[in-house]
Amino acid sequence: MNQSERQGRVLRIGAGASYAGDRVEPATELAKHAQLDYLVYETLAERTIALAQLERLKNPDAGYNELLADRFYGALPYCRAQGTRIVSNMGAANPRGAAQRTVEIIRELKLGPMKVAAVLGDDVLEYCLAHRDTLKLMENGKPLSSLEGKIVSANAYLGADVMVDALARGADIVLTGRVGDCSLFLAPMIHEFGWAMDDWDILGKGQVGADMVECGANVSGGFFADPGYKEVPDLGNLGYPFLEVAADGTIVVTKVSGTGGLINRATCTEQMIYEIHDPANYITPDVVVDFTEVTLDEVGPDRVMIKGGRGKPRPEQLKVSVGILEGWIGEAMITYAGLGCLNRAKLAEEVVRKRLQIGGVNLQELRVDYLGVNALHGDASLPLQGEPYEVCLRFAGRARERRDAVKLANEVETLVGKGPASSSIPTKTVREVLAIYSVLIPRSAIRHEVVMEVA
Amino acid sequence: MKTLKTFYLRELAHARSGDKGDTNNVGLIAYEPHYYPLLVQQVTVERVKAHFGTIVKGAATRYEMPRVHALNFVLEGALGGGVTRSLSIDPHGKSYSALILTLPMAVPEDIAAELMQRGRKPIPW
Repeated sequence: MNQSERQGRVLRIGAGASYAGDRVEPATELAKHAQLDYLVYETLAERTIALAQLERLKNPDAGYNELLADRFYGALPYCRAQGTRIVSNMGAANPRGAAQRTVEIIRELKLGPMKVAAVLGDDVLEYCLAHRDTLKLMENGKPLSSLEGKIVSANAYLGADVMVDALARGADIVLTGRVGDCSLFLAPMIHEFGWAMDDWDILGKGQVGADMVECGANVSGGFFADPGYKEVPDLGNLGYPFLEVAADGTIVVTKVSGTGGLINRATCTEQMIYEIHDPANYITPDVVVDFTEVTLDEVGPDRVMIKGGRGKPRPEQLKVSVGILEGWIGEAMITYAGLGCLNRAKLAEEVVRKRLQIGGVNLQELRVDYLGVNALHGDASLPLQGEPYEVCLRFAGRARERRDAVKLANEVETLVGKGPASSSIPTKTVREVLAIYSVLIPRSAIRHEVVMEVA
Repeated sequence: MKTLKTFYLRELAHARSGDKGDTNNVGLIAYEPHYYPLLVQQVTVERVKAHFGTIVKGAATRYEMPRVHALNFVLEGALGGGVTRSLSIDPHGKSYSALILTLPMAVPEDIAAELMQRGRKPIPW
Protein backbone atom coordinates (compact mmCIF):
# COMPACT_ATOMS: atom_id res chain seq x y z
CA MET A 1 0.00 0.00 0.00
CA ASN A 2 1.37 3.44 -0.87
CA GLN A 3 1.36 6.47 1.39
CA SER A 4 -1.79 8.12 -0.04
CA GLU A 5 -3.81 4.89 0.21
CA ARG A 6 -2.74 4.62 3.82
CA GLN A 7 -3.82 8.18 4.58
CA GLY A 8 -7.34 7.54 3.33
CA ARG A 9 -8.04 4.39 5.26
CA VAL A 10 -9.31 3.61 8.73
CA LEU A 11 -7.04 1.56 10.95
CA ARG A 12 -8.77 -0.95 13.23
CA ILE A 13 -7.00 -1.77 16.49
CA GLY A 14 -8.51 -4.16 19.04
CA ALA A 15 -7.92 -4.38 22.80
CA GLY A 16 -7.70 -8.07 23.61
CA ALA A 17 -6.57 -7.94 27.24
CA SER A 18 -5.89 -5.40 29.97
CA TYR A 19 -4.14 -7.39 32.68
CA ALA A 20 -2.15 -10.59 33.11
CA GLY A 21 -5.08 -12.83 33.97
CA ASP A 22 -7.64 -11.23 31.66
CA ARG A 23 -10.23 -13.40 29.93
CA VAL A 24 -9.17 -15.20 26.75
CA GLU A 25 -12.38 -15.59 24.70
CA PRO A 26 -13.18 -11.91 23.99
CA ALA A 27 -9.89 -11.42 22.09
CA THR A 28 -10.71 -14.44 19.95
CA GLU A 29 -14.12 -12.87 19.24
CA LEU A 30 -12.38 -9.64 18.22
CA ALA A 31 -9.94 -11.52 15.98
CA LYS A 32 -12.83 -13.39 14.39
CA HIS A 33 -15.37 -10.61 13.85
CA ALA A 34 -13.80 -7.14 14.06
CA GLN A 35 -11.74 -7.22 10.83
CA LEU A 36 -8.79 -5.92 12.79
CA ASP A 37 -5.54 -4.60 11.40
CA TYR A 38 -3.95 -4.97 14.83
CA LEU A 39 -4.79 -6.86 17.99
CA VAL A 40 -3.15 -5.50 21.15
CA TYR A 41 -2.85 -7.37 24.45
CA GLU A 42 -1.86 -5.25 27.45
CA THR A 43 -0.99 -7.55 30.34
CA LEU A 44 1.37 -5.74 32.74
CA ALA A 45 0.21 -3.96 35.89
CA GLU A 46 2.81 -2.10 37.98
CA ARG A 47 3.93 -5.20 39.81
CA THR A 48 3.34 -7.93 37.20
CA ILE A 49 6.79 -7.71 35.63
CA ALA A 50 8.54 -7.91 39.00
CA LEU A 51 6.56 -11.07 39.81
CA ALA A 52 7.50 -12.44 36.39
CA GLN A 53 11.15 -11.72 37.12
CA LEU A 54 10.89 -13.84 40.29
CA GLU A 55 9.35 -16.65 38.20
CA ARG A 56 12.21 -16.39 35.74
CA LEU A 57 14.80 -16.63 38.51
CA LYS A 58 13.22 -19.97 39.46
CA ASN A 59 12.83 -21.16 35.85
CA PRO A 60 14.84 -19.43 33.07
CA ASP A 61 12.23 -20.44 30.45
CA ALA A 62 9.38 -18.77 32.36
CA GLY A 63 8.71 -15.10 33.11
CA TYR A 64 6.28 -14.25 30.31
CA ASN A 65 2.48 -14.16 30.42
CA GLU A 66 1.14 -17.48 31.66
CA LEU A 67 -1.86 -17.30 29.35
CA LEU A 68 0.16 -16.53 26.19
CA ALA A 69 -0.39 -20.00 24.73
CA ASP A 70 -4.14 -20.00 25.53
CA ARG A 71 -4.53 -16.56 23.99
CA PHE A 72 -2.61 -17.45 20.81
CA TYR A 73 -4.19 -20.88 20.27
CA GLY A 74 -7.52 -19.02 20.27
CA ALA A 75 -6.78 -15.90 18.23
CA LEU A 76 -3.77 -16.65 15.99
CA PRO A 77 -5.57 -18.68 13.31
CA TYR A 78 -8.01 -15.80 12.73
CA CYS A 79 -5.26 -13.18 12.87
CA ARG A 80 -3.22 -15.12 10.33
CA ALA A 81 -6.18 -15.59 7.98
CA GLN A 82 -7.04 -11.88 8.03
CA GLY A 83 -3.54 -10.43 8.18
CA THR A 84 -4.06 -9.00 11.66
CA ARG A 85 -0.76 -8.14 13.33
CA ILE A 86 -0.31 -8.50 17.10
CA VAL A 87 1.40 -6.13 19.53
CA SER A 88 1.69 -7.12 23.18
CA ASN A 89 3.71 -6.70 26.36
CA MET A 90 3.09 -10.38 27.20
CA GLY A 91 6.88 -10.80 27.04
CA ALA A 92 6.99 -9.42 30.61
CA ALA A 93 10.37 -10.41 32.11
CA ASN A 94 11.24 -12.72 29.19
CA PRO A 95 10.26 -11.40 25.73
CA ARG A 96 12.64 -13.83 23.99
CA GLY A 97 11.09 -16.79 25.80
CA ALA A 98 7.65 -15.52 24.81
CA ALA A 99 8.72 -15.20 21.17
CA GLN A 100 10.19 -18.71 21.12
CA ARG A 101 7.01 -20.18 22.60
CA THR A 102 4.98 -18.26 20.01
CA VAL A 103 7.11 -19.71 17.21
CA GLU A 104 6.36 -23.21 18.54
CA ILE A 105 2.63 -22.48 18.48
CA ILE A 106 2.79 -21.10 14.92
CA ARG A 107 4.60 -24.25 13.77
CA GLU A 108 2.21 -26.52 15.62
CA LEU A 109 -0.80 -24.78 14.04
CA LYS A 110 0.97 -24.68 10.65
CA LEU A 111 0.42 -20.94 10.30
CA GLY A 112 3.87 -20.02 9.01
CA PRO A 113 5.73 -18.29 7.61
CA MET A 114 5.39 -15.57 10.25
CA LYS A 115 7.87 -13.17 11.86
CA VAL A 116 7.87 -12.80 15.63
CA ALA A 117 9.83 -9.95 17.21
CA ALA A 118 11.05 -9.81 20.79
CA VAL A 119 11.77 -6.23 21.92
CA LEU A 120 14.50 -6.05 24.56
CA GLY A 121 15.99 -3.16 26.49
CA ASP A 122 13.47 -2.27 29.20
CA ASP A 123 15.42 -4.25 31.81
CA VAL A 124 17.63 -1.59 33.44
CA LEU A 125 18.44 -3.41 36.67
CA GLU A 126 22.20 -3.17 36.17
CA TYR A 127 22.02 0.55 35.40
CA CYS A 128 19.87 1.22 38.46
CA LEU A 129 22.11 -0.79 40.78
CA ALA A 130 25.18 1.02 39.43
CA HIS A 131 23.51 4.40 40.05
CA ARG A 132 21.65 3.52 43.24
CA ASP A 133 23.21 6.39 45.22
CA THR A 134 22.21 9.11 42.74
CA LEU A 135 18.82 7.90 41.46
CA LYS A 136 16.06 9.52 43.52
CA LEU A 137 12.82 7.75 44.44
CA MET A 138 9.79 9.56 43.02
CA GLU A 139 7.88 8.58 46.18
CA ASN A 140 10.03 10.48 48.71
CA GLY A 141 13.07 12.04 47.00
CA LYS A 142 15.51 9.77 48.84
CA PRO A 143 18.18 7.80 46.94
CA LEU A 144 17.36 4.32 45.68
CA SER A 145 20.07 2.97 48.00
CA SER A 146 18.03 4.09 51.03
CA LEU A 147 15.56 1.22 50.49
CA GLU A 148 15.93 -1.75 52.80
CA GLY A 149 15.39 -5.09 51.10
CA LYS A 150 16.51 -6.93 48.00
CA ILE A 151 16.01 -5.18 44.64
CA VAL A 152 14.89 -7.85 42.16
CA SER A 153 13.86 -5.92 39.06
CA ALA A 154 14.01 -2.53 37.35
CA ASN A 155 12.12 -1.97 34.12
CA ALA A 156 11.86 1.25 32.14
CA TYR A 157 8.64 2.25 30.43
CA LEU A 158 9.78 2.29 26.79
CA GLY A 159 7.82 4.19 24.16
CA ALA A 160 6.14 3.35 20.87
CA ASP A 161 9.38 3.90 18.92
CA VAL A 162 10.77 0.46 19.82
CA MET A 163 7.61 -1.29 18.58
CA VAL A 164 7.50 0.86 15.42
CA ASP A 165 11.03 -0.37 14.77
CA ALA A 166 9.86 -4.00 15.00
CA LEU A 167 6.81 -3.36 12.78
CA ALA A 168 8.96 -1.60 10.19
CA ARG A 169 11.10 -4.73 10.04
CA GLY A 170 8.06 -6.75 9.12
CA ALA A 171 7.10 -8.40 12.40
CA ASP A 172 3.67 -10.05 12.38
CA ILE A 173 3.81 -10.35 16.14
CA VAL A 174 5.66 -7.94 18.46
CA LEU A 175 6.32 -9.06 22.03
CA THR A 176 7.77 -6.62 24.54
CA GLY A 177 8.56 -6.30 28.23
CA ARG A 178 7.71 -3.02 29.95
CA VAL A 179 6.41 -0.33 27.60
CA GLY A 180 3.90 2.44 28.18
CA ASP A 181 0.44 0.84 28.14
CA CYS A 182 -0.92 3.37 25.65
CA SER A 183 2.23 3.13 23.53
CA LEU A 184 1.20 -0.42 22.53
CA PHE A 185 -1.75 1.11 20.64
CA LEU A 186 0.09 4.20 19.44
CA ALA A 187 2.84 2.18 17.72
CA PRO A 188 0.58 0.76 14.95
CA MET A 189 -0.87 4.24 14.30
CA ILE A 190 2.60 5.75 13.90
CA HIS A 191 3.73 2.87 11.72
CA GLU A 192 0.69 2.85 9.41
CA PHE A 193 0.13 6.59 9.04
CA GLY A 194 3.76 7.64 9.13
CA TRP A 195 3.12 10.13 11.94
CA ALA A 196 6.24 12.10 12.89
CA MET A 197 7.66 11.25 16.31
CA ASP A 198 7.70 14.96 17.18
CA ASP A 199 4.25 15.89 15.87
CA TRP A 200 3.00 16.27 19.43
CA ASP A 201 -0.62 17.06 18.61
CA ILE A 202 -1.17 14.02 16.41
CA LEU A 203 0.60 11.78 18.93
CA GLY A 204 -1.60 13.34 21.65
CA LYS A 205 -4.72 12.45 19.64
CA GLY A 206 -3.47 8.90 19.22
CA GLN A 207 -2.78 8.55 22.94
CA VAL A 208 -6.26 9.80 23.89
CA GLY A 209 -7.68 6.97 21.77
CA ALA A 210 -5.17 4.53 23.23
CA ASP A 211 -6.08 5.60 26.78
CA MET A 212 -9.70 4.85 25.98
CA VAL A 213 -9.01 1.15 25.29
CA GLU A 214 -5.84 0.35 27.22
CA CYS A 215 -7.99 -0.98 30.08
CA GLY A 216 -9.89 -3.16 27.62
CA ALA A 217 -13.54 -3.67 28.50
CA ASN A 218 -13.44 -0.87 31.10
CA VAL A 219 -14.68 1.36 28.27
CA SER A 220 -17.30 -1.06 26.93
CA GLY A 221 -19.35 -1.56 30.08
CA GLY A 222 -16.88 -3.29 32.41
CA PHE A 223 -16.59 -1.87 35.94
CA PHE A 224 -19.55 0.41 35.14
CA ALA A 225 -22.81 -1.35 36.03
CA ASP A 226 -24.77 -0.05 39.03
CA PRO A 227 -28.31 -1.45 38.87
CA GLY A 228 -31.01 1.20 38.87
CA TYR A 229 -28.43 3.86 37.95
CA LYS A 230 -26.12 2.59 35.24
CA GLU A 231 -27.51 -0.44 33.41
CA VAL A 232 -25.27 -2.58 31.20
CA PRO A 233 -26.94 -5.04 28.81
CA ASP A 234 -25.66 -8.62 28.84
CA LEU A 235 -22.64 -7.92 31.05
CA GLY A 236 -21.85 -11.64 31.10
CA ASN A 237 -21.09 -11.60 27.38
CA LEU A 238 -19.15 -8.34 27.62
CA GLY A 239 -17.53 -7.40 24.31
CA TYR A 240 -14.02 -5.95 24.28
CA PRO A 241 -13.46 -2.67 22.42
CA PHE A 242 -11.62 -1.68 19.28
CA LEU A 243 -10.60 1.63 17.74
CA GLU A 244 -11.19 2.94 14.24
CA VAL A 245 -8.40 5.44 13.70
CA ALA A 246 -8.25 7.93 10.82
CA ALA A 247 -4.98 9.42 9.62
CA ASP A 248 -5.91 12.86 11.04
CA GLY A 249 -6.24 11.37 14.54
CA THR A 250 -10.03 11.28 14.63
CA ILE A 251 -10.91 8.09 16.45
CA VAL A 252 -14.10 6.09 17.00
CA VAL A 253 -14.25 3.59 19.85
CA THR A 254 -16.69 0.72 19.34
CA LYS A 255 -17.16 -3.03 19.80
CA VAL A 256 -18.38 -6.06 17.85
CA SER A 257 -22.16 -5.86 17.37
CA GLY A 258 -24.07 -8.60 19.13
CA THR A 259 -21.73 -8.71 22.12
CA GLY A 260 -22.81 -7.51 25.58
CA GLY A 261 -21.82 -4.29 27.28
CA LEU A 262 -22.18 -0.73 26.02
CA ILE A 263 -20.09 2.18 24.79
CA ASN A 264 -21.45 5.69 25.32
CA ARG A 265 -20.33 9.08 26.58
CA ALA A 266 -20.61 7.97 30.20
CA THR A 267 -18.45 4.85 29.82
CA CYS A 268 -15.90 6.79 27.77
CA THR A 269 -15.70 9.66 30.25
CA GLU A 270 -15.15 7.30 33.18
CA GLN A 271 -12.39 5.52 31.33
CA MET A 272 -10.76 8.71 30.04
CA ILE A 273 -10.27 10.08 33.56
CA TYR A 274 -9.29 6.72 35.05
CA GLU A 275 -5.72 6.80 36.40
CA ILE A 276 -4.84 10.21 35.01
CA HIS A 277 -3.80 13.02 37.34
CA ASP A 278 -3.46 16.49 35.77
CA PRO A 279 -5.63 16.15 32.63
CA ALA A 280 -3.58 18.81 30.83
CA ASN A 281 -0.32 16.93 31.43
CA TYR A 282 -0.62 13.16 31.25
CA ILE A 283 2.91 11.88 30.86
CA THR A 284 3.62 9.01 28.47
CA PRO A 285 7.03 8.03 27.05
CA ASP A 286 5.99 9.35 23.61
CA VAL A 287 4.17 12.61 24.33
CA VAL A 288 2.65 14.59 27.19
CA VAL A 289 -1.08 14.32 26.55
CA ASP A 290 -3.62 17.12 27.06
CA PHE A 291 -7.18 15.82 27.58
CA THR A 292 -8.77 19.18 28.45
CA GLU A 293 -10.28 19.88 25.01
CA VAL A 294 -11.40 16.33 24.27
CA THR A 295 -15.01 15.94 23.16
CA LEU A 296 -16.93 12.68 23.05
CA ASP A 297 -19.85 12.31 20.64
CA GLU A 298 -22.21 9.37 20.33
CA VAL A 299 -22.26 8.83 16.56
CA GLY A 300 -24.12 5.50 16.51
CA PRO A 301 -25.07 2.57 18.74
CA ASP A 302 -21.98 1.70 20.82
CA ARG A 303 -19.95 4.17 18.77
CA VAL A 304 -18.29 7.23 20.32
CA MET A 305 -16.17 9.65 18.33
CA ILE A 306 -13.17 11.13 20.12
CA LYS A 307 -11.79 14.49 19.03
CA GLY A 308 -9.72 17.32 20.46
CA GLY A 309 -6.74 15.48 21.97
CA ARG A 310 -3.53 17.50 21.99
CA GLY A 311 0.08 16.93 22.90
CA LYS A 312 3.24 18.56 24.22
CA PRO A 313 6.89 17.44 23.89
CA ARG A 314 7.71 14.06 25.40
CA PRO A 315 9.58 13.88 28.72
CA GLU A 316 13.39 13.88 28.71
CA GLN A 317 13.51 11.01 31.17
CA LEU A 318 11.83 7.61 31.35
CA LYS A 319 10.05 6.20 34.37
CA VAL A 320 11.40 2.98 35.84
CA SER A 321 9.52 0.62 38.16
CA VAL A 322 11.85 -0.94 40.70
CA GLY A 323 10.72 -4.16 42.40
CA ILE A 324 12.02 -4.86 45.89
CA LEU A 325 11.44 -7.68 48.36
CA GLU A 326 10.59 -5.86 51.56
CA GLY A 327 9.27 -8.43 53.99
CA TRP A 328 6.11 -10.41 54.56
CA ILE A 329 2.36 -9.95 54.95
CA GLY A 330 0.32 -12.31 57.11
CA GLU A 331 -3.42 -12.21 56.66
CA ALA A 332 -6.32 -14.14 58.19
CA MET A 333 -10.09 -13.91 58.30
CA ILE A 334 -12.80 -15.35 60.55
CA THR A 335 -16.56 -14.84 60.28
CA TYR A 336 -19.14 -14.56 63.07
CA ALA A 337 -22.89 -14.78 62.46
CA GLY A 338 -26.20 -14.43 64.28
CA LEU A 339 -27.31 -12.25 67.17
CA GLY A 340 -24.39 -10.56 68.91
CA CYS A 341 -21.96 -11.35 66.09
CA LEU A 342 -20.38 -7.89 66.10
CA ASN A 343 -19.65 -8.09 69.85
CA ARG A 344 -18.08 -11.52 69.42
CA ALA A 345 -15.92 -10.20 66.58
CA LYS A 346 -14.82 -7.22 68.71
CA LEU A 347 -13.89 -9.56 71.54
CA ALA A 348 -11.92 -11.68 69.07
CA GLU A 349 -9.94 -8.58 68.04
CA GLU A 350 -9.10 -7.87 71.68
CA VAL A 351 -8.01 -11.49 72.18
CA VAL A 352 -5.71 -11.50 69.15
CA ARG A 353 -4.11 -8.17 70.06
CA LYS A 354 -3.39 -9.51 73.55
CA ARG A 355 -1.88 -12.73 72.20
CA LEU A 356 0.32 -10.84 69.73
CA GLN A 357 1.67 -8.98 72.74
CA ILE A 358 2.22 -12.14 74.76
CA GLY A 359 4.00 -13.77 71.81
CA GLY A 360 6.18 -10.70 71.15
CA VAL A 361 5.11 -10.60 67.49
CA ASN A 362 7.01 -7.88 65.69
CA LEU A 363 4.82 -6.13 63.10
CA GLN A 364 5.59 -2.92 61.20
CA GLU A 365 1.89 -2.31 60.69
CA LEU A 366 -1.30 -4.11 61.74
CA ARG A 367 -4.70 -3.54 60.17
CA VAL A 368 -8.00 -4.90 61.51
CA ASP A 369 -11.11 -4.75 59.32
CA TYR A 370 -14.75 -5.69 59.90
CA LEU A 371 -16.01 -6.87 56.50
CA GLY A 372 -19.64 -5.91 56.21
CA VAL A 373 -19.07 -2.84 58.38
CA ASN A 374 -16.02 -0.74 57.49
CA ALA A 375 -13.35 -2.79 55.68
CA LEU A 376 -13.05 -0.67 52.56
CA HIS A 377 -13.50 2.88 53.85
CA GLY A 378 -12.70 2.74 57.58
CA ASP A 379 -13.96 5.72 59.55
CA ALA A 380 -15.38 7.28 56.37
CA SER A 381 -18.00 4.49 56.03
CA LEU A 382 -21.66 5.39 56.45
CA PRO A 383 -22.88 4.39 59.94
CA LEU A 384 -24.50 0.96 60.37
CA GLN A 385 -28.29 0.74 60.30
CA GLY A 386 -28.68 -1.79 63.11
CA GLU A 387 -26.47 -4.84 63.66
CA PRO A 388 -25.31 -6.88 60.66
CA TYR A 389 -26.38 -10.55 60.61
CA GLU A 390 -22.81 -11.61 60.01
CA VAL A 391 -19.43 -9.95 60.09
CA CYS A 392 -16.05 -11.09 58.83
CA LEU A 393 -13.09 -10.05 60.99
CA ARG A 394 -9.85 -9.65 59.07
CA PHE A 395 -6.31 -9.09 60.29
CA ALA A 396 -3.43 -8.12 58.02
CA GLY A 397 0.08 -7.35 59.25
CA ARG A 398 3.38 -6.50 57.60
CA ALA A 399 6.60 -7.82 59.14
CA ARG A 400 10.28 -7.83 58.25
CA GLU A 401 10.59 -11.51 59.15
CA ARG A 402 8.40 -14.28 57.83
CA ARG A 403 7.93 -15.89 61.25
CA ASP A 404 6.11 -12.82 62.60
CA ALA A 405 3.68 -12.81 59.66
CA VAL A 406 3.04 -16.53 60.21
CA LYS A 407 2.49 -15.99 63.92
CA LEU A 408 -0.14 -13.32 63.27
CA ALA A 409 -2.05 -15.60 60.91
CA ASN A 410 -1.83 -18.47 63.40
CA GLU A 411 -3.16 -16.37 66.27
CA VAL A 412 -6.28 -15.71 64.20
CA GLU A 413 -6.57 -19.36 63.17
CA THR A 414 -6.56 -20.52 66.79
CA LEU A 415 -9.57 -18.31 67.58
CA VAL A 416 -11.59 -21.42 66.79
CA GLY A 417 -11.66 -23.22 70.11
CA LYS A 418 -9.64 -20.53 71.92
CA GLY A 419 -11.64 -17.38 71.16
CA PRO A 420 -15.29 -16.28 71.30
CA ALA A 421 -18.14 -18.68 70.43
CA SER A 422 -19.72 -19.58 67.08
CA SER A 423 -17.46 -18.66 64.22
CA SER A 424 -16.51 -20.02 60.82
CA ILE A 425 -13.20 -21.78 60.28
CA PRO A 426 -10.62 -19.05 59.59
CA THR A 427 -8.62 -18.77 56.36
CA LYS A 428 -5.03 -17.56 56.37
CA THR A 429 -2.28 -16.65 53.93
CA VAL A 430 1.32 -15.52 54.24
CA ARG A 431 2.95 -13.84 51.26
CA GLU A 432 6.17 -12.02 50.47
CA VAL A 433 5.92 -8.27 49.89
CA LEU A 434 7.13 -7.30 46.45
CA ALA A 435 6.94 -3.53 46.61
CA ILE A 436 7.28 -1.19 43.64
CA TYR A 437 9.07 2.16 43.71
CA SER A 438 9.75 4.53 40.83
CA VAL A 439 12.82 6.40 39.60
CA LEU A 440 13.56 8.43 36.45
CA ILE A 441 16.48 7.64 34.17
CA PRO A 442 17.85 9.42 31.08
CA ARG A 443 16.78 8.06 27.68
CA SER A 444 20.47 7.57 26.88
CA ALA A 445 20.56 4.71 29.42
CA ILE A 446 18.35 2.60 27.12
CA ARG A 447 19.75 0.38 24.37
CA HIS A 448 16.76 -1.32 22.83
CA GLU A 449 17.11 -4.33 20.57
CA VAL A 450 14.69 -6.19 18.29
CA VAL A 451 15.31 -9.92 18.01
CA MET A 452 13.42 -11.44 15.08
CA GLU A 453 12.37 -15.09 15.03
CA VAL A 454 10.96 -16.64 11.89
CA ALA A 455 8.42 -19.44 12.18
CA MET B 1 -33.99 31.89 47.98
CA LYS B 2 -34.78 28.49 46.51
CA THR B 3 -35.65 25.65 48.87
CA LEU B 4 -32.90 23.05 49.07
CA LYS B 5 -33.25 19.30 49.55
CA THR B 6 -30.36 17.02 50.45
CA PHE B 7 -29.51 14.09 48.16
CA TYR B 8 -26.55 11.79 48.01
CA LEU B 9 -24.07 12.78 45.30
CA ARG B 10 -24.86 9.40 43.74
CA GLU B 11 -28.10 10.89 42.38
CA LEU B 12 -26.22 13.58 40.43
CA ALA B 13 -23.01 11.95 39.31
CA HIS B 14 -21.14 8.72 38.62
CA ALA B 15 -17.52 7.98 39.39
CA ARG B 16 -14.51 5.73 38.78
CA SER B 17 -11.31 5.56 40.80
CA GLY B 18 -7.87 4.10 40.19
CA ASP B 19 -4.31 3.90 41.44
CA LYS B 20 -0.73 4.96 40.77
CA GLY B 21 1.68 4.04 43.55
CA ASP B 22 0.31 5.55 46.77
CA THR B 23 -1.93 8.03 44.90
CA ASN B 24 -5.58 7.47 44.06
CA ASN B 25 -7.62 9.44 41.57
CA VAL B 26 -11.39 9.71 41.54
CA GLY B 27 -13.11 10.88 38.37
CA LEU B 28 -16.55 12.35 39.09
CA ILE B 29 -18.91 12.87 36.16
CA ALA B 30 -22.24 14.73 36.16
CA TYR B 31 -25.14 12.68 34.79
CA GLU B 32 -26.48 15.85 33.12
CA PRO B 33 -24.50 18.90 31.99
CA HIS B 34 -26.69 21.19 34.12
CA TYR B 35 -25.68 19.26 37.27
CA TYR B 36 -22.02 20.12 36.68
CA PRO B 37 -22.13 23.59 38.33
CA LEU B 38 -23.47 21.97 41.52
CA LEU B 39 -20.47 19.64 41.55
CA VAL B 40 -18.02 22.49 40.98
CA GLN B 41 -19.64 24.51 43.76
CA GLN B 42 -20.15 21.85 46.42
CA VAL B 43 -17.70 19.01 45.79
CA THR B 44 -14.70 21.04 46.84
CA VAL B 45 -11.32 19.49 47.46
CA GLU B 46 -11.55 20.37 51.16
CA ARG B 47 -14.91 18.64 51.48
CA VAL B 48 -13.73 15.52 49.69
CA LYS B 49 -10.64 15.27 51.85
CA ALA B 50 -12.74 15.62 55.02
CA HIS B 51 -15.28 13.11 53.69
CA PHE B 52 -12.53 10.53 53.16
CA GLY B 53 -11.64 10.68 56.88
CA THR B 54 -8.25 9.20 57.67
CA ILE B 55 -7.84 7.62 54.21
CA VAL B 56 -6.02 10.57 52.57
CA LYS B 57 -2.68 11.17 54.32
CA GLY B 58 -1.21 13.57 51.76
CA ALA B 59 -2.28 16.43 49.53
CA ALA B 60 -5.53 16.48 47.58
CA THR B 61 -5.96 18.31 44.27
CA ARG B 62 -9.04 18.91 42.12
CA TYR B 63 -8.97 19.37 38.34
CA GLU B 64 -11.97 20.69 36.43
CA MET B 65 -12.90 19.18 33.05
CA PRO B 66 -15.86 21.28 31.86
CA ARG B 67 -15.91 19.81 28.34
CA VAL B 68 -16.98 16.46 29.73
CA HIS B 69 -18.75 17.82 32.85
CA ALA B 70 -16.31 16.09 35.15
CA LEU B 71 -13.99 16.70 38.08
CA ASN B 72 -10.83 14.73 38.79
CA PHE B 73 -9.62 14.37 42.37
CA VAL B 74 -6.02 13.33 42.93
CA LEU B 75 -5.55 12.01 46.46
CA GLU B 76 -1.97 11.48 47.58
CA GLY B 77 -1.00 9.03 50.33
CA ALA B 78 -4.43 7.42 50.01
CA LEU B 79 -3.46 3.80 49.33
CA GLY B 80 -2.01 2.58 52.62
CA GLY B 81 1.61 3.20 51.62
CA GLY B 82 1.21 2.07 48.00
CA VAL B 83 -0.68 -0.62 46.11
CA THR B 84 2.09 -3.16 46.49
CA ARG B 85 2.60 -2.72 50.26
CA SER B 86 -0.92 -1.93 51.39
CA LEU B 87 -2.70 -4.09 53.98
CA SER B 88 -6.13 -3.13 52.66
CA ILE B 89 -8.39 -5.54 50.78
CA ASP B 90 -8.81 -2.68 48.31
CA PRO B 91 -5.17 -1.67 47.81
CA HIS B 92 -5.99 0.15 44.55
CA GLY B 93 -8.80 2.22 46.05
CA LYS B 94 -11.09 1.11 43.23
CA SER B 95 -14.01 1.29 45.67
CA TYR B 96 -13.32 4.96 46.54
CA SER B 97 -15.62 5.87 43.64
CA ALA B 98 -18.47 4.53 45.79
CA LEU B 99 -17.29 6.51 48.82
CA ILE B 100 -17.33 9.89 47.09
CA LEU B 101 -20.93 9.23 45.98
CA THR B 102 -22.07 9.13 49.64
CA LEU B 103 -21.37 12.86 49.95
CA PRO B 104 -24.57 14.81 50.84
CA MET B 105 -25.48 17.52 48.32
CA ALA B 106 -27.82 20.48 48.75
CA VAL B 107 -29.95 20.40 45.61
CA PRO B 108 -32.10 23.33 44.40
CA GLU B 109 -35.82 22.77 43.96
CA ASP B 110 -35.92 22.46 40.18
CA ILE B 111 -33.24 19.78 40.04
CA ALA B 112 -34.71 18.05 43.11
CA ALA B 113 -38.07 17.84 41.31
CA GLU B 114 -36.31 16.37 38.28
CA LEU B 115 -34.59 13.75 40.43
CA MET B 116 -37.77 12.80 42.30
CA GLN B 117 -39.63 12.44 39.04
CA ARG B 118 -37.05 9.79 38.19
CA GLY B 119 -37.80 8.00 41.45
CA ARG B 120 -34.75 9.32 43.34
CA LYS B 121 -35.29 10.14 47.00
CA PRO B 122 -33.71 12.77 49.26
CA ILE B 123 -31.65 11.52 52.22
CA PRO B 124 -34.24 10.76 54.96
CA TRP B 125 -32.91 13.01 57.71
